Parts: sequence; C-alpha cells; structure tokens
Amino acid sequence: MRGRLARVLCVGVPAAFLGLFFIYPVVSILGLGLSGGGLDHLIGLSGNANFRGVAWFTLWQAVVSTVLTVVVALPGAHLIARRRFAGRRLVRALATVPFVLPTVVVGGAFLAVFDRLGMSDGAFRLTHTVWAILIAHVFFNLAVVLRTVGSFWEGLDPGPEEQAKVLGASPTRTFLLVTLPRLRPAVAAAASIVFLFCLTSFGVVLLLGGPGIATIETEIWRHAVWRGDFEAATALAFVQLAAVLAVVAVGNGLQRRRAVGLRTVVARAPAAGRWELAANLGLLGMVLGLPVAVLLERSFLSGGGYSFDNYRALAVRVDLLPLTAIDALVNSFVFALAATAMAVTVGGLASLVVVHGPRALSRVFDLGLMLPLGASAVTLGFGMLIALDEPPLDLRSSRWLVPVAHALIGVPFVMRVLVPTLRSIDLRLREAAAVLGAPPAVARRLIDLPIAARALVVGAGFAFAVSLGEFGATSFLPRQPDRMTAPLALFRLLGTPGQQLRGQAMALAVVLMVLTGLSVLVIEMRRGSVGGDF
Amino acid sequence: MGLWEVTSEMLRVEGLEVVLGGVAVVDGLDLEVAEGEIVVLLGPSGCGKSTLLRTIVGLERPSRGRVAWSGEDLTSVAPHERDFGLVFQDHALFPHMDVASNVAFGLRVAGLPVEVREARVAEVLDLVGLSGFGERPVDALSGGEAQRVALARSLAPGPRLLMLDEPLGSLDRALRDRLVADLGVLLRGIGQAAIYVTHDHDEAFALADRIAVMGDGRIQLIGTAAEVWSDPVSAYVAQCLGHENIVELDRSGACPLGRLGDGPGTVLIRPGQLLLSRCPDGIEATVVGSSFRGDRFSLCVAVGNLEVRVPAAEAVPVGSGVRLSIGPDPVLPLTSITP
Amino acid sequence: MRSMRRTIATIAVLIVAFVATAACSGTDNTPAVPISATTAVPVISGQTVTLVTHDSFWVSEGTLEAFTSATGVEVEVQRLGDTGQLVASAILTSGDPLGDVLFGVDNTFLQRALDADLFVPYESPALAGVAASLILDPGHRVTPIDFGDVCVNYWIDSFGDDLPVPAGLADLADPAYAGMLVVQNPETSSPGMAFLLATIAEFGDGWEAYWSALRRNDVAVTTGWEDAYYGEFIAGGGDRPIVVSYASSPPAEVIYADPPVDSPPTGVLTDTCFRQVEFAGILTGTDNRAAAEALVDFLLSPTFQEDIPLNMFVFPALSAAALPEEFIDFVELAEDPHLVDPAVVEANRNDWTEQWTNLVLR
Repeated sequence: MRGRLARVLCVGVPAAFLGLFFIYPVVSILGLGLSGGGLDHLIGLSGNANFRGVAWFTLWQAVVSTVLTVVVALPGAHLIARRRFAGRRLVRALATVPFVLPTVVVGGAFLAVFDRLGMSDGAFRLTHTVWAILIAHVFFNLAVVLRTVGSFWEGLDPGPEEQAKVLGASPTRTFLLVTLPRLRPAVAAAASIVFLFCLTSFGVVLLLGGPGIATIETEIWRHAVWRGDFEAATALAFVQLAAVLAVVAVGNGLQRRRAVGLRTVVARAPAAGRWELAANLGLLGMVLGLPVAVLLERSFLSGGGYSFDNYRALAVRVDLLPLTAIDALVNSFVFALAATAMAVTVGGLASLVVVHGPRALSRVFDLGLMLPLGASAVTLGFGMLIALDEPPLDLRSSRWLVPVAHALIGVPFVMRVLVPTLRSIDLRLREAAAVLGAPPAVARRLIDLPIAARALVVGAGFAFAVSLGEFGATSFLPRQPDRMTAPLALFRLLGTPGQQLRGQAMALAVVLMVLTGLSVLVIEMRRGSVGGDF
Repeated sequence: MGLWEVTSEMLRVEGLEVVLGGVAVVDGLDLEVAEGEIVVLLGPSGCGKSTLLRTIVGLERPSRGRVAWSGEDLTSVAPHERDFGLVFQDHALFPHMDVASNVAFGLRVAGLPVEVREARVAEVLDLVGLSGFGERPVDALSGGEAQRVALARSLAPGPRLLMLDEPLGSLDRALRDRLVADLGVLLRGIGQAAIYVTHDHDEAFALADRIAVMGDGRIQLIGTAAEVWSDPVSAYVAQCLGHENIVELDRSGACPLGRLGDGPGTVLIRPGQLLLSRCPDGIEATVVGSSFRGDRFSLCVAVGNLEVRVPAAEAVPVGSGVRLSIGPDPVLPLTSITP
Repeated sequence: MRSMRRTIATIAVLIVAFVATAACSGTDNTPAVPISATTAVPVISGQTVTLVTHDSFWVSEGTLEAFTSATGVEVEVQRLGDTGQLVASAILTSGDPLGDVLFGVDNTFLQRALDADLFVPYESPALAGVAASLILDPGHRVTPIDFGDVCVNYWIDSFGDDLPVPAGLADLADPAYAGMLVVQNPETSSPGMAFLLATIAEFGDGWEAYWSALRRNDVAVTTGWEDAYYGEFIAGGGDRPIVVSYASSPPAEVIYADPPVDSPPTGVLTDTCFRQVEFAGILTGTDNRAAAEALVDFLLSPTFQEDIPLNMFVFPALSAAALPEEFIDFVELAEDPHLVDPAVVEANRNDWTEQWTNLVLR
C-alpha cells in the first residue's frame, strides 16, 4: 500500500509539474498560433530563403560553439581529472561562475574586453561578429564540459593509457587513440547539452552578435514581440522545439550508454607540473578571467578613482527602482530557494523514475524534463500567460509563477547530477543492507538517501545558481514591483544614463557573481567523491 | 567433525530451480547444512554457485523448490527477515560510512541500543583482527582489510547461517592461504554454520567440513574432503577437485600408457600411481613442461598424443626423454558426464 | 505596387506641431460632464484594482497609497517585460486580461493594441489638463499619461570650433560627421523605431535615400539602447560622439553623475526628436470598471504626474504638473517634435523595418 503510494507520488509529482507548467502552456501557445494561420507559415518555412539562412546560421554557430567549447575545455578537464594541485576545487568552482552569470552582464563585460583589446574596431574587430558569439558561448558553457568530462575522466582507469605509453605511443597518440575514444560518451553527453544551450542562446546573440545576426530564438522574439506576428513566431517556435527534442533524445541515448561504463577505479593523481599548470590556468584565465576582471575593475571605479562606493550604494534605493539592490538580491535569493526546493523535489522524484522506473516511463521522463532547458523564454512565458489563467490554475499573478519557471530550468540540472549517481549506486549495497536485516524502506533511507543526498546538494546548487541569474523567462511573467529580482534590477540600472547607475550595476553583478561562486564552492566542499555531471 | 551425521540439519534446500534470463541456472538442487557446519560449494565460474547463495538468502526467487530452516519454509520470506548473512565477493561496503558504522549496520537496523552496538562492533572487529579500525573510512582500506570488514559486518548480527561468495577472489595467493586458515579457525571458534563458495579446490580442502561440487545447476557430489578426493565419481568432479591425470580409454581399454581397463571409458590415474622410473623398460615419454611446486616439481610429459603430469624430485629440462612406471592398481573408473 | 503604397503612407504621415501651452490644450476638449448629485456613484471602496505595466514603471513610495487613502481602492501593480512584451502579452490574454488597467503602451504600438480591442473607452475628466496633441485616440480608448522625446544626443566636448554640433538630421549624413553616429535597430528597440519614424516624418519619401547616406557615413547599429549608449557612445567608453537616446538623458547624466557635475556632458539635437507618448487604458473584460476609471483619473492627477519625471525619466502629460529642477535646467523639449499617426505606423511598420534592414544591414 505504502509502496504504491510512493510510486504514484514519484511518477505523479514530476508528471504533473511538467504537464501543468510546461507542456500545457507550450501546447496552448503553439496550438493557438498554429490554428491561427501558423500552420501555413510552418509549411511555407521550407521555401523561405530568409528562414533557411537563419536556420543554417543557428545550426552552424551551435555546432562550432560546441566544438570550440569542447576543445578549449579538454585540457582543463584533464588537469582537473588527472592532476593534483592546490586550489583544484577553487578552479572547478570558479569555472562554473560564468555558467550562471546573467547574459546581460557577460555581454557588457565582453564588449568591454574587446574594447580594451582594441578589438571593437579595425581589422581585428570582434564586436558584432559571429566570433564574439562563439567566444561568449565558450565562456558560458566551458563549465559544462569541464565538469562532465572531468568527473568522468577522473574515474577512468588509467591502465590502458599507461599500457599505450609502455607500448611506445607518444602522449598525443595515446590521447587520440586510447583516451579520446574512452571519453567519447562523456564528451558527447556534455556536447549535446552545450549544443542545446547554443542552439537556443538569446542574449549573447542579440547583444554580441549585433543587429545583423539572427537565430531562430531571436527571430521568435522579434516576430512575437516586435512585429506582433504570432503566427510566424509560432511556426519558428515549433521548428525549434522539434530540433531541441531531437538533440535531447540523441544526447540522452549517449548518456545512457555512458552510464554503463561508470564503474571505475580510483587512481591517485600525480602532482601537476609547473608549466602544465601555468599553461592550463592561463588558458582558463584568458577565457574566463578577462571578462570577470573587467567587471571587477568597473565595479570599483567610482568618483574618478577606485572605492567601495558602488557597493555601498547598493543599500540605497535609487528612484528608478522600487527597492534597493540589496532587496532585489534578497528577492532573488528567496525565489532561488523556492525554485531550488521545487527543482529538487521534482528532479529527485523524476530521477528515481528514470533510474528505477519501467523503461518506457524512464525514457519519457528523461526526455521530457530536459525540454524546458531548450525551450524559448518567449514560448514558455507567453504560454504560461494564456494557459494558467483559470482557477484553480490562475497563477498568472501568483508569487509562485517566477519560482516555478526557474524550477523548470533547474530540474534538468538536478537530474543530470542525480541520475548518474543513482545509477552508480551499486545494487549490491542495497542487497547487502537487505541481508543484514534492513527492510527496503530502511535500506533506501540508510543507503540510497545519504549517497544521493550529496549529489542532490550538487544539483540543488546548480538549480539555485541558475535561478539567481535567470532573466529571460522572468521578464515575460507578471511580477509585483517589490518582487523585482537582481538581474531585472541590474537591467533597469543599465537602462538609464549616468555613471553612478552603471557603477552600481557592475557592483550588483559582482555581488551576484560572488553569491553564485560561493554557493558552487559550498557545493564543491560537500561534493566529496560523489560523481555526476557538471 | 562429522556433525552432519547427526540429524541436526538446519538448512534444507529441496528441488531448487532458479531461472535467470530464460536459463535454469540452478536446476533441481538439493542441499543440507547442519548446525555449526562449514560446507564449501566448489565449481567453476558460471556454474550457478552465486545464484544458489543469492537464492538461499532470498535475493533471487526460485521458480521451483524450497528453502527451509529447521523445518520452517523460508521460500517466500524477504531477505531482511531470514537472519542469514552474506559476504559479497567485492565486499559491497557502504562507501558513505566508516568501518564501525558498516559493521554496526545490522545491529542498527535491528534496533539495538548504541552501547550494545558499540560493544559488539569492538568484539567483532577484534575477532577479525581489526581492532581500532572503527573510525577509518572504507576507501582507505586495503583489499584484505576490506574483506575482513565485510566479514565482521556479516558476523556482527550473529546470523544463523553465514554465506561467503568467493570472498577471497580478489586477493593474492599468500594472503588467501592465510585468510582461509584464519577464517576456518574463526568460524569454528564461534560455531558458525556457513556456506563458502569458491572455484579454488585448495581453499575448499583447507576450510570444508564437507565439499559440495556443483555442476549443471546441481550438486554433483558431496562429502568430506577425503571422501570426494578419493572417489570423485565423475570426470567433472575430479577436474574440479584438481585431479590432473584423467585419461580416455579406447574400445579395448587401452591408451598410450598401455591397457588400463577392460573397455572404453574415462579413468582417473590415482595420485601416486604414475611415477618417473629409472627402469629401462618403463614407458617412454618426453618432458614438455615443468613447474615448481615448492617441495617438488610437477612435470608435464607427453606419451604419444597423451599429456599427463608426474611428480619429480628435481628439475628436468624440457625436451628430455624420461621413462614412466605405473603402479599395480592405477586407475579409478569415472562416469564421463561432463556438465 | 509596393512603392506606391509606401508613397501613400508616407504622405499620410501626420507631422503634428506641438505647442506646449496649457491654455491651448484645455479649450477644445469636450468639457467634463458634471457629476450631479443624483448620479449613482458606485461604491468602489474596498476593491483592489490591478495595474499591468512594463518593467520601467515605478513611482515614489506613498504615491499609490495616496490613491488608496482617497478612494479606498488598493492598487496591485504587475510589471511585465518591456513595452513590446507588455503589448504582446496583453493581446495574447485579451478577453481574460492580466489586470484592470494597462499602463505603458506607446504611440508606436498603440494601433496594434487598439486593433486587438484591448481597451474600453473612458474619457477621464482630467484630460482637460492635457495637450490635445497628446490625445491620439479620439475614441478615448487610451489616455495619455506621459511623453518623452527620442532625440539624437551628442557628447559636448567632441564638438567645437573646428566641428560644429550637427544642426539636424540632414547633417548626420554629411561626411564631416562620418563614423560618429550610433543608432538602434528599429526591429528590436523602441528608441530605434522612434528614430526611424523621425526620419520618415522628416524626409517623407526620401527616408530611404537618407538612410543609404547614413550607411555610407558609417552609421553603427546596435540591438538595443544599452549597447548603443554604453557600448558605442563616448559616455560609456565607446568612441562615437552621437547617439540616439532620450531628451531626458542629459538630466540623468547630471543626477546620476559620478563624480558629481554641474551640467550634463551631453546635449540634445532638438530638431531630431520623435515624441513618444505613453498611454493607459482600461482593459476589456475588467469587472472593476469603476475602480479602473478612478485609477486612470489618478494617473492624470498632479500627485502621480509630478512623481513621473524622476522615476521614469519622461514628462507628465498634465501640462500644469510641476517639473523637478533638473528637468527644468537640463531638458530642452523639442518645439516641433515629429509625431506619426499610430495607424500609419501599424500599417507600414513591418514594411518599413524590412526595407530599413535591407538598406542598412544587408
């Protein structure tokens, strides 16, 4: 009886959450658009040269961004996985900070870096080129590859590499012939996530790509918001969702294959060589450190010199904002807590279904709960507005709507960490517990829960950080002024002239970054030997 | 010894059949274990030994037959209610707990008070020779230590029957020999009934009250070490026990060593019956291999197309010609059922 | 065919001279119907009215409370994205609106909102104090609340004796000012759209030639205001001295200067301004009609109107509303701003922006 209730909860809660807050809104908005002439648009798209251009660009920039991210991240992943050095955890934590930074902040920081490097003009101009988009995508997504591949690599038996070297293979050939094929499942899984992010990237494309560059995601936004052409927007959203579905399906397939090879050996890593460390950290510093450094410098620049004035100003309300920047941070924090609680509950239960549930259900959950990660903020935001409008689901003006939207994006992160961990819990541990006299429920409490709890903390940290930095979906949902989040406040500060506001915006960005970094670092401390992605 | 002769049989497995992946891995098996008795299940990898253990503790469900303890049918009783212990081949220590918490696990789920648990954990750790290891994390243990922690964890709740699934499989030879001896002393010291699974006949001989040779999903032969060694009955059992010179006879009862029987069949050349000879009329053979066995050498020699093993006091170069002699009652007929 | 339609449309553009005198605007409006003692006044006290608006909306603390203490009606504010997102959301939820009153639709989006029947007519008595030129819907489905000018701003120090400040739009195409101007994409930015409309209003059919000239003059285009002002304009560390921004940007440069300054480092070319008017309307489907009307009246009351400038950096629609010092000192209001009939904007918007994209970006 209790077992059945537990099963119903495990399946029902995530299914209801995804169904009500994602599928129902998205189907509503797509249905509305397609029935209103969007279908003709959809049919017409294939013959539309402009669309073909946009689709082609969307695709290739995502492919190239993904390849670049993997190439740049692999040396770092090797360093983290195979070498010991002081501050390994710190590097791992810092690498994740950009991953959760608000796009609007990073965009500004990158423009500043290009500016400093003299690359905003002239022959080496990067601003408003596809290169700017690619570099920013590497910056944002580096952590995904670094952590996914790094943690997999760490657990990989170094035996075959040693064997290859003994047989006379050079380090390069060893890597290409032995290591890379073994890393392939992890690389493919990480790459599919990065690809998804790049495929639906919005702020980076708009801000750094400039007005000449469009992707399907920005075209959805332009058609829906600026041209008022919902039919065209719906047709594009439909195409995008189909693409995302395909990517997620392929990525999940690769990840399942990957989980099989998870049982591995704990090898003692040698200390990193000085030059190896310097070269690697230098590369990471170049990609990750420069924009962050610019941001830091600007946050201290005030009154013509350097001081903490901008930070002090965060406690004072400016007329433009309904609250102080500190209050906005508090709001963000509260929203992030609520979103994390929801993401952990839903993601935790869904992970149980993915790992222990019947095969078909497991695949549906694994696929379905990844989708919000690749859904356009426009589709989701508008979908929620038109779908959640009637009691008992009249949530449009509810304080829960923003955390719910954030949780939808957080769930995939919780699951990406939790599922591999649950899968890697040796079945024999549970059997050992049973033979020692522990009933199934007790075994889950004493064995699965403590082991998974640590992974759950990791996933929770990601959900938390993602919520802290979320801008797109939030801006599409109605909110009361006193519930303004930090990224929205930041955007508002940047929307009015005046160096003082700009300095405050930079300080706010830095505080947001530090908060995010701290939460990831706390996670790193608790992470221990538990694996999982990211 | 020989407790099994008394009618104090506690575990009774009857007509057990376990189907895994469409294959009957255990197929009509019967087995009894008496109080305080150590039964060693011997057989090659994949013969169903582990499955049998898992079925006895309740981790696998039999498709037929029953498992009973003192006449009480346990077939449908959940594993955590059987009061048996199982030491896994790869230990399956709980990675998030230290040594003491691992050992205390069974006592904890039984609801024993902390003081009782602590005392018992100390007692059991002392028993396996790991006093003072309680606070160590399990990933800091060596293979032998991990194995002993796994044993201590299974012993702590005082199971009425302890099962060990190739517990020494991952350890080196010298350590295994020592631990097997320790284990025998330990189990007999506390009168613990146990089923010990191995594919290593040396371990079996060192530990068993009775050896049960398993093959084809059934017990092929069961008895004391001396009984099964001296009369393995089938070629399969003889092989499992480490007999080396099993020979096929042709229709006339002959083989390259000469006429050893009255007709066709498989025979075992008894240990000590085939020796090196200095006699010029001995059987001509060529040395094709030689291995050092500590107190002696074991030569592999070819006679025609037959290879047999003979003991030698000193090394003989490979390729040399030697002569063999055969004793007066050289062979034991075997049934040639080969599982 | 297409070029003919454009011609007609361009001819139809109304350039309305704006005369900012209260006397003028008060006279030609229908006088407010006097409320007689016998008219049943619905009891609205105790109700809550929901104001849906964009993310830039804010008023000082205590302002909305003044309305509550006067009427007994609580105001709940729901903010949602920028103007474009707000209008799109309102259209998608029309018939089952997000609130009772919407504030924030501007004259570039007005016709789209009107076409979607978003609003029910309400003629506020307070309209009497608003300049007629701001009342763009004769049917009073929307009520003007504030206005602001999108104008070309310039960095004062970049100009002097050797290079005078450009006089107007035409000068920006002069090679002397090559590489100096940064504008926003009208397809993705409100001020960008406003500036495009200003050029259409100024040059009529010649707007395409004008933009071709701007392109030859190396005009920079950004996606939004932020990256133009902070990325390319000198004020944000860029190297271009001319930017499309607001008439209210110079006072913001003083109020939020760091370190403090006495006068703004930027100026406004008043002949380049396009007037953006922001409206409020009562959403179709509200069941709080009376309270919604009271709120619209309040939005035009001096209490609210005088609170607008420093919070939203735009001008109150109420002519008599007192302006803060910074606005009086540092804002030059265009005497003759460009205005385009919202209906014409809506009818041609997508054609214009497409044509603009072809001219400037491709």
